[in-house]
Amino acid sequence: MNLIHRLIDAFEERTGLLKLMGDLSRHPVPPDTGWWYVFGSATLVAFMIQVVTGIALSTSYISSSGDAYQALQFITTRALMGNLLRGMHYFGASAMVLLVGIHMTQVFVMGCYKYPREFNWVTGVVLLFLTLAMGFTGQLLRWDQNAVWSVVVGAEQAGRMPIVGPMLAHFLLAGKTLGGATLSRFFAFHVFFIPALIFAVVGIHLYLVMHDGISEPPVAGEPVDPATYHKKYDELIEKSGVPFWPDAAWRDVVFCLAVVIAIVALAAIFGPPKLGNPPNPSLLASDPAPDWYLLWYFALLALIPHEMTTPVILLAPLVGVIVLLIVPIVSNTGERHPRNRPWAVGAVVVIVMMIATLWVEAIRKPWSPDFTAQPLSARVVGSDTGPFADGAMLFHEKGCEYCHQIAGSGGHRGPDLSFVGDRLTKADLTIRIMNGGYNMPAYAGNLKPEQLEDLVIFLSSRKHPLATLGTATSGGK
Amino acid sequence: MMSDLENHATESEAPLSPERRQFLSRLSLGLMGIAAALVAVPVVGFIIGPLIRKFPVVWRPVGEAESFPIGKTVRVSFRDPSPLAWAGVTAETAAWLRRDGTGEFTAFAVNCTHLGCPVRWLPDADLFMCPCHGGVYYSDGSVAGGPPPRPLFRYPVRVNNGMVEIRTSAVPIG
Repeated sequence: MNLIHRLIDAFEERTGLLKLMGDLSRHPVPPDTGWWYVFGSATLVAFMIQVVTGIALSTSYISSSGDAYQALQFITTRALMGNLLRGMHYFGASAMVLLVGIHMTQVFVMGCYKYPREFNWVTGVVLLFLTLAMGFTGQLLRWDQNAVWSVVVGAEQAGRMPIVGPMLAHFLLAGKTLGGATLSRFFAFHVFFIPALIFAVVGIHLYLVMHDGISEPPVAGEPVDPATYHKKYDELIEKSGVPFWPDAAWRDVVFCLAVVIAIVALAAIFGPPKLGNPPNPSLLASDPAPDWYLLWYFALLALIPHEMTTPVILLAPLVGVIVLLIVPIVSNTGERHPRNRPWAVGAVVVIVMMIATLWVEAIRKPWSPDFTAQPLSARVVGSDTGPFADGAMLFHEKGCEYCHQIAGSGGHRGPDLSFVGDRLTKADLTIRIMNGGYNMPAYAGNLKPEQLEDLVIFLSSRKHPLATLGTATSGGK
Repeated sequence: MMSDLENHATESEAPLSPERRQFLSRLSLGLMGIAAALVAVPVVGFIIGPLIRKFPVVWRPVGEAESFPIGKTVRVSFRDPSPLAWAGVTAETAAWLRRDGTGEFTAFAVNCTHLGCPVRWLPDADLFMCPCHGGVYYSDGSVAGGPPPRPLFRYPVRVNNGMVEIRTSAVPIG
């Protein structure tokens, strides 16, 4: 025992590491920081889970465009606990994106980014975008059909840039087409380059937390004034500061454990995202979509006016970055408590609601044709022979049903036509079908006269049952 | 020998003049820059290499001309001009090929001109439709609806010794 103590003492005398770690972990923090302050640590824990599970996965992953799919199948179905590990890496990524968002929102709402912590907000913004970059590149390493088309979609977006666009697109593809060079580069970015940047920026982020001190919980009516802030903060720490470990850290530990349990449990229950079809770009029955954390942006690109696509693709990310970087410049002093910052709280509510709405839309995908739509049943059509039935069949075969719904069957791109007979006359329908309209193809060259007639007869028979009932009843009397 | 060392020690203890410090500081920064550049040139060059790599243009056969019924649009696939050995299935590219007349063919790129998703051909509706954001094209590739800014791209196509051949091209970038 004595020997061990002497060894530790000798080590400490020569390194000073124990004192350093003790000083760091017990540095004084403001009292009563409470549960709002756990999200930063939790984000770091999620990142550490990503590093550890990622390293483990990389021992079996093969970053070759031609072989990665089989390696993923091996990891998922045959490697010991591979399915669980992939699930943990996926839910760990989800947790990290979510926690970065929550941490950032909390810092913003509580005004923690104000003087003297403006620069740490900036490092946080950098970490946010690095995290999203990890999410995007990580989804691509799940090298299936969806990943391949996601690379193409990413390259096409880069390709919209003036002048350098095509070059940037080919840089992302690692060539003029998708191929052998594509995946190994995304692998290098996902596994070495971006993580190295994250480590470096997290290091600065944590250094600044120590340098500026953890922000004290905001008090309404006590604005930040750079002239007096340090004096006030130092007095607070002097008077009632508590050591971070364990006075404040126990909450972080409890919450981080909950995060770890959630990640493992979700991975065990739901498993990783399914591997799609093989990454063969010549297989076209694909429905590419990004993972949930970028899905809302995919929805945005569908919903904006079409001529706005290029400006939005080019400017929206730029505006996002600039707005986030400008926040601590324009409002680094003054009131911190959310009660006295209605605009700040309002902005958060608007942004959260906007993203949530886009998410809901992205899951419904009303803008996409529904390729799975089945022919309408005879019960819906009201007949299985004659022009009604023929028109209903054309409604399906000519692709009308991919975009228009009747009696709950069909896509959402165009208006629901269940009761179109109440709204449009046969002449209206004919004009509309022949000429098309905004988002609707013109069918003039596509339908024979008798086909058009059947289709119009069928569509004009789509009337609200109550209206029909009313007619029937009055007719009966 | 000993006195040499002592002399040296005494010399180095003498404080450097500010001008000399500035010179040494700039010299060191410059030398570091040279070291960094020596490493950076091959590293950056390697990473942007695929941009410079020559993309050979070749004609790839996709089937016998007579095997395509006139008026029908079908999916054909061909391999990239010089795929890397480990490209596997990713070296495949598809096109929508239609035989317009006896010796006339049209080959459309499968990429939607909006964001590059693969469009599908719906033979009964006579339309191409994109699953991503609902782009729709007529059978001639022109935009029928949705967000695409321009018609479907086309590949050069020819008939050579009875075989339909498509000229390989870069992924069309809007």
